[in-house]
Amino acid sequence: MQTRPIADGVWTDEQPPRLIGGRDRETGRIVFPMPAGGEAERYEAVPLAREGTIWSWTVQRFPPKAPPYAGPEAFEPFALAYVELPGEVIVESRLTGFDFDALACGLPVRLTTIPFVEAPDGATLVTYAFEPMP
Amino acid sequence: MSEAVYIVGAGVHPFGRTEGRSGQDQALVAIRVALADAGLDWSDIQFAYGGSHAAGNADAMVSRLGLTGMQFINVKNGCATGGSALFGVAATIRSGEFDLGLAVGFDKHPRGAFNDMPSDWGLPDWVGETGLMLTTQFFATKIQRYMFEHGISETTLGRVAEKAFENGTLADHAWRRMPVDLETILQSQMLSDPLTKYMFCSPAEGAAALILASETRARQIGGPMIKLDAAAMRTRPPGSFEVFAPSIDVVRGGTATELASRAAYEAAGIGPEDIDLAQVQDAEAGGEIMHMAENGFCKDGEQEQWLAEGRTRIDGRLPINTDGGCLACGEPIGASGLRQVYENVVQLRGAAGARQVPGDPRVGYTHVYGAPGVSAVTILSR
Repeated sequence: MQTRPIADGVWTDEQPPRLIGGRDRETGRIVFPMPAGGEAERYEAVPLAREGTIWSWTVQRFPPKAPPYAGPEAFEPFALAYVELPGEVIVESRLTGFDFDALACGLPVRLTTIPFVEAPDGATLVTYAFEPMP
Repeated sequence: MSEAVYIVGAGVHPFGRTEGRSGQDQALVAIRVALADAGLDWSDIQFAYGGSHAAGNADAMVSRLGLTGMQFINVKNGCATGGSALFGVAATIRSGEFDLGLAVGFDKHPRGAFNDMPSDWGLPDWVGETGLMLTTQFFATKIQRYMFEHGISETTLGRVAEKAFENGTLADHAWRRMPVDLETILQSQMLSDPLTKYMFCSPAEGAAALILASETRARQIGGPMIKLDAAAMRTRPPGSFEVFAPSIDVVRGGTATELASRAAYEAAGIGPEDIDLAQVQDAEAGGEIMHMAENGFCKDGEQEQWLAEGRTRIDGRLPINTDGGCLACGEPIGASGLRQVYENVVQLRGAAGARQVPGDPRVGYTHVYGAPGVSAVTILSR
């Protein structure tokens, strides 16, 4: 079955993947995602650390409004977090593989990709998520 | 502030939902109440600043109020709309350009309003498509981190909401007029951990209007003299954490609230220890907790003890959100900031009836905060 990312340039093609951030050419400050359009000139694309810790988290317990939400029709609550990539940036991400009851700030996590939704052409759209460290 | 500015008239249209009455119609009611409160006619008003987030232009109301040719400037500044309008009126009076003006804020949001799209916020579509763009997530993750760092319990979040609904029962202009007990709040539907259904405010409707005057003019009018000691509005500094942020800086910074608060204390020449009552942004229960510290009323983490001891109740040492705040009044974005000022005017006059803060309060503080990192603070005294 065909799969493709929800958007290009959000994470690297390598396995396992890394998110792509933007480093401010003057200040060194890192943002995620890599800015597009006119703002992009200030930044250079940099692959971010694969591993980090949960800085904060919540569980999305009700279906987000659509649009903009474009997830599967049958809604399943999902956990999400701000993940601190040490010395780089704190990124927002879905979490995968966690019991909601076990979520806590400070837990170590690493990046992976997960199936998100089926596109109209039948392909599976994939998004990024952080999972527990083994 | 060089020239003293006074609030000589205050009015609200009840918050909540009023079927069949537009946002502008609600603002007209608030303006007429404020005029009557000051004993003035519309033709006395020399200028106005006003606005709404989603209920139309404020200046369009001149066709209903009277075509006096007066100056009317529209303000659209998100959650700081009311605060910015008030700043504009106060600064204009201090400049000597005019000596009697109106600040008005109103809104009318349908149930489930605020359908933000990624492109409006300069974000790629996938952020919204994958379900990472909800204000509720921002509120939840911000307080979740704060609770982790500063030892705040879920019970304390619940106590904030319990107090809000209790105060709301005493305020004529509040929307939620029924008390909700702590257990019900904590056990209600979890929307976005750690925040339950009763810990969030809802989009709503309402309007508030204030009439301001120079000292000379205020004395001529002859009502209670409520002085505007400070009105400050600020935007975010580096390293703040704001709504819809796909990333935040590892080096954590300050907040727009801290900047606005500092500016207001400086203008008023007083500190947080001098405040007798405060209205702070409580779009959800966590916000009130964090804003207590950001506005200097307590240190991070002390809220746990403050709430347990009831220090922010109407009969406590520092009553906060005495009309139930956004939790009990709902959130019409353009009106909330001026509702807070209205509430302090009524409290400082000693006219708040069943919800009157005891002990003859002399100094009142208001604070709003909103997207994308704006805050407005006022300090009133008598």
